[in-house]
Amino acid sequence: MIQLKKTRRAGRRDLAQVIDIDARITGLRKPAYWAGILRRYGGRDASRFFLVCVQEKQVQGYVVGEVRDWEFGSPACGWVFGIGVLPEMRLRGTGTRLLEAICAAFRERGVDKVRTLLARDNALVLAFFRSQGMAAAPFIALERDL
Amino acid sequence: MKLQKNTLLALCSVLEFAAQPGRQFSTAEIAQKYGASAHHLAKVLGRLRRAGLVSAARGSGGGYRFSGNPKRVTLLDVISVFETVGSKERKGPRREPALDLQRAVDRVLAEIDETAKATFGSITLETLLRFAAR
Repeated sequence: MIQLKKTRRAGRRDLAQVIDIDARITGLRKPAYWAGILRRYGGRDASRFFLVCVQEKQVQGYVVGEVRDWEFGSPACGWVFGIGVLPEMRLRGTGTRLLEAICAAFRERGVDKVRTLLARDNALVLAFFRSQGMAAAPFIALERDL
Repeated sequence: MKLQKNTLLALCSVLEFAAQPGRQFSTAEIAQKYGASAHHLAKVLGRLRRAGLVSAARGSGGGYRFSGNPKRVTLLDVISVFETVGSKERKGPRREPALDLQRAVDRVLAEIDETAKATFGSITLETLLRFAAR
């Protein structure tokens, strides 16, 4: 019998697969980075979330985020820092499930807004967030060389 | 941010077609709905057909229909058939590199253009149709 997809908090056993997914998407393996993410977002802190979508023991995607107060002058809201889905598992609702799960977790923490920030040439992920009803926030990201 | 009249007409036409993918639309029907002349709209649809975004069938019962994937085709794909979005050589006399203020203004305008390009490129026809229906 085929197991249904399940979204849950990430654990140590998921880390290798998450690192693989990220490496396939970005072309870079970042084991130390993901170990840090698991340490900071995979623990008991009720405002931080590192979730995975799993089917048949295979991690199909992940999402990382947290609720932050007064970041950039904004009242508490949920921030999604990263989302990734196995390329061959795309267009099957995995990203939607992950975003819905983290949004539900944000709502439980009492916030009613979710935000993210990504490169404007990241058309694929931008289109995904747009398809989920997200639109430009009243912020402008700025930078300069140091 | 403003789009040319042709571009807006093209966007509305493609969205109409994509909203009902199984249906053929006559030029007259779309022209009437958007207050354009059928002749003008035919030119616009001709460019969309050459770009592969719509297909045309001749004869009675013929017309236009959308021929792309609404989950993949973005507003930018349609707009780019008619005008350039994003950083480009601006119209007007060639500027001397010494004109620092003009170059600074150009950088600001390019910033706005790039944001517009990213916005149009991130919204698929399906996404726009879904949120227009709400």
